[in-house]
Amino acid sequence: MTGTDTRTGPAATAPPRELPVGAAGWRVRLWSGRLSLRLHRRTTVVCALALLCAALTLLVSLCVGAYPIAPGEVARALFYGTGDRLAVHFVNQERLPQALLAILAGGALGVSGAVFQSISRNPLASPDVIGFNSGAATGAILVIVTLGSGAGAVATGAVCGGLGAAFVVFLLASRGGVHGVRLVLVGLGVTAMLGSVNSYLLTRSHLNNAQSAHVWLVGTLNGRGWSSVRMMALALLVLLPAALLLGRLLRMLELGDELASGLGVPVDRARIALIVLGVGLCGVAVASAGPIPFVALAAPQIAAMLTRAPGVSVLSAGAVGAALLGAAHLVSGQFFTALAWVGDRVGWLTLVDESQRNNQLPVGVTTAVLGGVYLAWVLFKRRGTGRA
Amino acid sequence: MTRTAALAPAPKPGRTEEEAGTARKVLRGSGLLVLAGVLLLLVVLSTWIGAKDTSLAEVWSALWHDDGSYTTDVVRELRLPRTLVGLMVGAGLGVAGAVMQATTRNPLADPGLLGVNAGASAAVVFGIGVVGLSGFTSLVWFAFLGAAVATVLVYVLGASGRAGPTPVRLALAGAAVSASLGGLIGGLTVFNAASYDYMRFWMVGSLAGRSSGLVWDLLPFVAAGLAVALLIARPLNALALGDELGKALGTRVARTRLAAVVAVTLLCGAATAAAGPIGFVGLVVPLVARWFTGPDLRWVLPYSMLMAPILLLLSDIIGRVVLPDGELEVGAVTALVGGPVFIAMVRRRREVSL
Repeated sequence: MTGTDTRTGPAATAPPRELPVGAAGWRVRLWSGRLSLRLHRRTTVVCALALLCAALTLLVSLCVGAYPIAPGEVARALFYGTGDRLAVHFVNQERLPQALLAILAGGALGVSGAVFQSISRNPLASPDVIGFNSGAATGAILVIVTLGSGAGAVATGAVCGGLGAAFVVFLLASRGGVHGVRLVLVGLGVTAMLGSVNSYLLTRSHLNNAQSAHVWLVGTLNGRGWSSVRMMALALLVLLPAALLLGRLLRMLELGDELASGLGVPVDRARIALIVLGVGLCGVAVASAGPIPFVALAAPQIAAMLTRAPGVSVLSAGAVGAALLGAAHLVSGQFFTALAWVGDRVGWLTLVDESQRNNQLPVGVTTAVLGGVYLAWVLFKRRGTGRA
Repeated sequence: MTRTAALAPAPKPGRTEEEAGTARKVLRGSGLLVLAGVLLLLVVLSTWIGAKDTSLAEVWSALWHDDGSYTTDVVRELRLPRTLVGLMVGAGLGVAGAVMQATTRNPLADPGLLGVNAGASAAVVFGIGVVGLSGFTSLVWFAFLGAAVATVLVYVLGASGRAGPTPVRLALAGAAVSASLGGLIGGLTVFNAASYDYMRFWMVGSLAGRSSGLVWDLLPFVAAGLAVALLIARPLNALALGDELGKALGTRVARTRLAAVVAVTLLCGAATAAAGPIGFVGLVVPLVARWFTGPDLRWVLPYSMLMAPILLLLSDIIGRVVLPDGELEVGAVTALVGGPVFIAMVRRRREVSL
């Protein structure tokens, strides 16, 4: 989906002129041509399929788990709140909010990854480049080490730390305007310094505290409920439309600062707005699920490979991110159950202790493994084409 | 440190192009000499400074005669191996980073990008958590093996395309393998407190307690890696212009990339096995070296080879003295020492390029 262009003035009243979109796209006009969307066909299909995948993971993860619930019963629990009390609790209070959170956080991470990769013009960049994640980690570790772990306090600490780090990076990098490369380099320095602080804190604290900080750092959705979903949904209601509107600016900034300002883009203001947007999106995801690795890095890459569209597409990155994290969440929830199932069948093989049966793998473990393997597979599959 | 302007003066109108080139070479060469001098000074300081007060004369005599005294033991068995390991780890990381950034044509590429760090870390966690190993000496080789396996995997994956190992494919393959291994590490350590406990200390990166045996174990790998890296400096320069142009200039693209990967694996694998995954050095030192030398790898590599151990040894010395009791691991200090300098340099430059 290659963005929107809003027309006002004489152009809007002039007879609509069909732009040659070609076989690869559709053109959608809204408000009698005032707002027109040019849809890249393949991108639209990929977006739709990715969102469908995300929805599917949501439905499946409602039914399966250590306590399997039949689809009919899930529907009854969802819509009427009746049936087996345990089922109602599991579906409404645990599985639904966590699965929703996974999809929303994945979408947010995907979009913010696309924004940062585009701003820094580096395919390996992710929101960590401006120090957000390492700052969030510092905040969370400090809270866990000093106050012990309460999900709310840790999330607050993480967001404060992340915003603080991003702000410092921003201040240090701005020197009569924020240059993209300077921002990335300063972010690199600050990230490395915070990484030192983090590893120092982890090695000097009690093992139990360090271990719970480690679980948070890996990224997990366990124990999250509706309050996290509400916060996330509210934030996305503001941030996602903004991302769609600003996505167009990204493509212009990619042309280079001179050309972009020649096209009438207020380069510095646009970049600042985009960074605030990217940090915000990353921030809500980190607050609800910890610094889940790899989604922000891989989602835009995978989206670009699937759509074969030129330039970044914020929407498809978000959709792929949602599908990725949704799938990861589903797999994490089933991992130990599946291992136990295999162990039971084979008989002599004990893969999972009795005590670990109801454990949930942190979703960050799965995103890394799944995303990594998937990216490797995409790379391998596309070996015939000259492109990455 | 000298400033860029001093090293690469604009040619004066009266001088010919050739003279200006010679002047630049002289400046770059003297820059190298200055760096070598600083490094030598740090080597001396590193064998001198520590928890046990020693005089320089004592250190000097301890280096040459083993009189069996406590001071001699401290210098010969603790400080000297530690300094030498620091030298090799630093040189290895700096050069590996420069080669990595040239090979992937990504100025922000980390030497760990080929999966070296992730492979070594995963092997260490696996060795402790599953195999039940403990102790540094057995884990060194495990880490080295893990690093090598991960790099081979990355290279095979990155080179599987028709176009061979293109920079983007290599980088993405490295990211993919690193992420998968990172996930495995996370999964193993979240449920196994014992391996996490070892891991959290190993992950910081430290030079403390390295034996003189380790120096001899590392030396062939680091020496071979450095030799390969320096030999491919010229073809890598040509490849920086693009695969097509590089080929036209007579470079064998695939062979050069393979050699680069071998060099990075040897250097970074040995460094990571010896000291843990130290970040920042391999990423930032080549970047800064390029600001002084320009993009020519025949200069970037020697500069990185000297600047990186300077940073590492300086950090190690600071880590030894900064705390009233005990030490701060070198991996935790490098970024705290190098970070502010790096940020200040970034801020001072009017035009920032990578």
